[in-house]
Amino acid sequence: MAGHNYLLTVLTFFPLAGAFTLLLLSGDDHVWIRRFTLFASVIEFIMSLFLLRGFSLADGGYQFEEFYDWIPSLHIHYHMGVDGISLFLILLTTFLTPLAILCSWNSIHEHVKEFFAMLLVLEMGMVGVFCALDLFLFFVFWEVMLIPMYFLIGVWGHGRKVYAALKFILYTMFGSILMLVGILWLFHLSGVAGNPTFDLPAIVSMLHNGQISLPWHSELLLFLAFILAFAIKVPVFPLHTWLPDAHTEAPTAGSVILAGVLLKMGTYGMLRFCLPLFPEASHRAAPVIATLAIIGIIYAALVAMVQTNLKRLVAYTSVSHLGFVVLGIFVFNPTAMEGAIYQMLNHGVSTGMLFLVCGMIYDRRHTYEFSELGGLAKPMPVLCAFFLFACLSSLALPMLNGFIGEFMILIGTFEHHAAWAIWAATGAILSAVYLLWAYQRTALEKVTVAKNENLPDASPRERLILITASIVIVFMGVASPLFTHRMDATTNALLQQVGDRTGYAARHVAPQAAQPTQHELALHSVKFERRAQP
Amino acid sequence: MFILNHLWIILALPLAGSMLTLLAGRHWPQKYVNLSSVGFVVLAFLSYCELAREFFSLTAAHIPLPPADYFTWMTAGNFRVDFALQVDQLTIVMLGVVTFVGMLIHIYSVGYMAHEEGYYRFFAEMNLFMFFMLTLVMASNLVLLFVGWEGVGLCSYLLISFFFQKKSAADAGKKAFITTRIGDFGFTIGILMAFWTFGSIDYKTMFAAAANMPVEGMHQWGVLTSICLLLLAGAVGKSAQLPLYVWLPDAMEGPTPVSALIHAATMVTAGVYMVARMNVLFSHAPAAMLAVAIIGGATALYAATIGLAQNDIKKVLAYSTISQLGYMFLACGVGAYAAGIFHLMTHAFFKALLFLAAGSVIHAMGGQQDMQYMGGLRKKIPWTFGTMLVATLAISGAPLFAGFFSKDEILFDAYAGANANPILYGVGLFAALLTACYMFRLIFLTFYGKPRYDEHHVHVHESPKVMLVPLVILAILSVIGGWFVLPTYWGGKDYFKGFLDPVFSGSTELAAKLHPSWTEPPHSLELTMAAIAVGVAFVGFLIAWYLYIRKPALPKKLANASGPVYTLLLNKYYVDELYGAVIIRPLIWISRNVLWKVIDVGLIDGTVNGVAFLSRESGNGLRRMQSGNTRSYAAWVIVGAVAVTVFFVWMVR
Repeated sequence: MAGHNYLLTVLTFFPLAGAFTLLLLSGDDHVWIRRFTLFASVIEFIMSLFLLRGFSLADGGYQFEEFYDWIPSLHIHYHMGVDGISLFLILLTTFLTPLAILCSWNSIHEHVKEFFAMLLVLEMGMVGVFCALDLFLFFVFWEVMLIPMYFLIGVWGHGRKVYAALKFILYTMFGSILMLVGILWLFHLSGVAGNPTFDLPAIVSMLHNGQISLPWHSELLLFLAFILAFAIKVPVFPLHTWLPDAHTEAPTAGSVILAGVLLKMGTYGMLRFCLPLFPEASHRAAPVIATLAIIGIIYAALVAMVQTNLKRLVAYTSVSHLGFVVLGIFVFNPTAMEGAIYQMLNHGVSTGMLFLVCGMIYDRRHTYEFSELGGLAKPMPVLCAFFLFACLSSLALPMLNGFIGEFMILIGTFEHHAAWAIWAATGAILSAVYLLWAYQRTALEKVTVAKNENLPDASPRERLILITASIVIVFMGVASPLFTHRMDATTNALLQQVGDRTGYAARHVAPQAAQPTQHELALHSVKFERRAQP
Repeated sequence: MFILNHLWIILALPLAGSMLTLLAGRHWPQKYVNLSSVGFVVLAFLSYCELAREFFSLTAAHIPLPPADYFTWMTAGNFRVDFALQVDQLTIVMLGVVTFVGMLIHIYSVGYMAHEEGYYRFFAEMNLFMFFMLTLVMASNLVLLFVGWEGVGLCSYLLISFFFQKKSAADAGKKAFITTRIGDFGFTIGILMAFWTFGSIDYKTMFAAAANMPVEGMHQWGVLTSICLLLLAGAVGKSAQLPLYVWLPDAMEGPTPVSALIHAATMVTAGVYMVARMNVLFSHAPAAMLAVAIIGGATALYAATIGLAQNDIKKVLAYSTISQLGYMFLACGVGAYAAGIFHLMTHAFFKALLFLAAGSVIHAMGGQQDMQYMGGLRKKIPWTFGTMLVATLAISGAPLFAGFFSKDEILFDAYAGANANPILYGVGLFAALLTACYMFRLIFLTFYGKPRYDEHHVHVHESPKVMLVPLVILAILSVIGGWFVLPTYWGGKDYFKGFLDPVFSGSTELAAKLHPSWTEPPHSLELTMAAIAVGVAFVGFLIAWYLYIRKPALPKKLANASGPVYTLLLNKYYVDELYGAVIIRPLIWISRNVLWKVIDVGLIDGTVNGVAFLSRESGNGLRRMQSGNTRSYAAWVIVGAVAVTVFFVWMVR
């Protein structure tokens, strides 16, 4: 893979360089600030396409790997790499960022330079999260990403923006702290095993070959620390209430990135960390998590149905759709898992497009309330046609992207847990209900508010955004093997790691019992002494 | 063998027309729209003709042809779906119906829609509909069938809510999509289960595997019965059978050609097609067969009774469609798949004709659809009247008209077939009486009697030629469309059944094997049955004639006298109201007032904000401890010392 050695580093830090360059521009020169940011993000997208060229289909491991010492005294490495799971998530990030920049073209009027710089910093954080293979590095990117998002909502949002931003950051931080504890614990364990490291592949292999022994209750606690952080991010019911607020108050670009990419970090984390690190806990927790996911699918769909605010409705649909993804991950079946990865991408594009349309309506009317909308298809036929198209993609119409992911998840789930699949499939009815109803309340019937009568239809810039998203939606709906073939090797490798239901406790503790490690001996003696005292 | 080797052309033509019209047609004059949309559909029909010619030139050894596999559409794990098309006898029949009737309706629409806004949009959506319907019938696996299945649902949504500024139209479109989606929920699970059972969703693999499975008992439901019942749920939604038929009457909000094409001739027949296509599965699941037959029979009767009391000319036809689809289900349910498909075809001719003629009436009346304000139109629009009368005779089962043969065959098989069911035969026969009755009621109310509209304001005029020509062609087919089976009446061969035999032979042989005591009924019985059916239909005609021609004042009196029964029929048994009160409104109420406002905002978010509030308040409290006051610090030191001492004492004890 010569020649691609630095690709991931370049992809990660190019946006940051862009952000710094942006700072050199005059703050009043809005035109060039926008043009430059767009240019940088498009270059980033084009560069990310090189990943496809060098990516090997047969290799289930990490590719484009980079490995350097970063903080040697703490055994922290700069370890980057992509596999079939993160590959398309990086592409999704670099694809959505230019769209988010384009859609903010005329809707940001204050602190324009800072806004676009924040978007680029955010992009760096997101790409970094998907590339990082060192737990510490991952955590750094994970946290770095929160800061620009916090400001995007808190500064350029609307309504109760500070409340929403604070809620977003506190919720996420709560999870992050637990994850940090988990990361440090794992580091400690690797140290006990004689090879202190934050390196994810190293820790995974140490766990698998028994170098690190993990008693069942420790595994469960560690699993909980990680899964909680990710479940908040997804969000899994009932940890979802930050999401409607954050989405509703965020600027359009923020919502697009938030729904399109940030939510995927939760499900990505489950695939990348929870499953390979804690297979037994994953298996044991699967019924609980799947149940929560299914509740989320149905519950969020019903709550979405009765919203009076278009954007809040779309926000709730995310909870419902991501429920499918979580379900697909926790049935441990190749079809369902690839469906879940595919559905992450689909949701990014489809819901991203829905938010883009919401933003375009907001730019004209400065409201998302259904009572202020209605009949918009008359003044804005083109925009509403795209809106309907996005709805159809989101409600999983065959030949559009959403269907493929949802159907694969259902097929895979049904093989093991028919009841789960049946419950989840009711989501398909409900999604038609809430989306078509939302469309009717926005676009159909007579115009009831006089202001809406002469709204301008989609501008060329807006058409460019919507057409781009639509092309991707159709492409993903028709040519899915181009994507799934690149996921095959990785999902198989991952499932092999997790597939064996007997976790470390059963596999390794028994032989370990004969030769307990120093650490365990110490623990034992403490317990023994305490018991002996009275 | 050009088209046979390039099956995709038949799909690509309407798709190209649709895309071209949609993307470029907005600023075109109507002429160009006609050229691109109607043109492509005519081309599709011509390529179908070529396809049929090539197909008939094949020798029997070449059939079934292997499916044409174009690309892999989905693959993950052991799951794989190909975009693969196939042609067999059943497909040839269905393709013919879809392309031919579709083409006529496109031509008719040129006249009918000429003055409507969104002309290009209408034709783009109609073309798209053709594309999906053709995908549905040409698909060689269940998932691709589902693509067409959902696709026609989408087009139906778009076209029903074509006049989207009307609330009723927007509501009706949404209702159609959601109601059929409820059925599709079952259909989806059915596909999942089929994949789980057979390890593939290709017809070929599925049917081969199912044919080797044992026939399941009536009382021991196995996997096949479950799959069939789930697939049936989808068919019930799409083909508007009990209890999911409620969307179809409302679908009359769409322009009349849409009603003709989608809600009579093609889309709603998808359910029947699917059941016929899955005949191998169904014939191994007698319980599912019985369910199909019962649903079909019950729907045929139920919808016919509602049809008796409707005043909107299109609503009468809508209920008549539901009723006739019931016949097709009945046919499939008793194992007479060929008869079901036969009725599907003849029904496509005469029902498309009925709708188009009704459209012509509405056109002539300047938009009036209520038959109470029509009357005496016979002389003013003779072509429309003539063709509509032909269609009415056909649907009522007048001898030698198309509907006579197909309906007769269904009733005959219900009475004397291998899976005969005398009760369902009786139901079907009674529904035939009602059919003749409500159809002639429609004719008499519309075309006979004195005009009941304001003759000074409504200028009744015959429709333009572009609308009349399709009517005449369909009228001819409504007469001769059933003559394939004519020879059977003097003991000859049933050409239609013979043609489809390769598709259904497995099931018919199996049925014969399962009922060893059953023997081929004698030819004389067939003639007797036909005579009975005609007699019954004639009684229906007589009732209508007596009520609406002989004693025109009587229906009102009768309606008043029967009171609640009439009101019940007029209001369609209040089923819509029932669904609203039992399902829809409670669901919305619970979602809004319990799930959203209590659980989401109150409970979950309340807890989160409560924790935030508590931590802020406790932080405030703790802040006060750092007062800078030495004495208070000293007090805290003492408290701490005591606590530590207590802890150690407790530990050492």
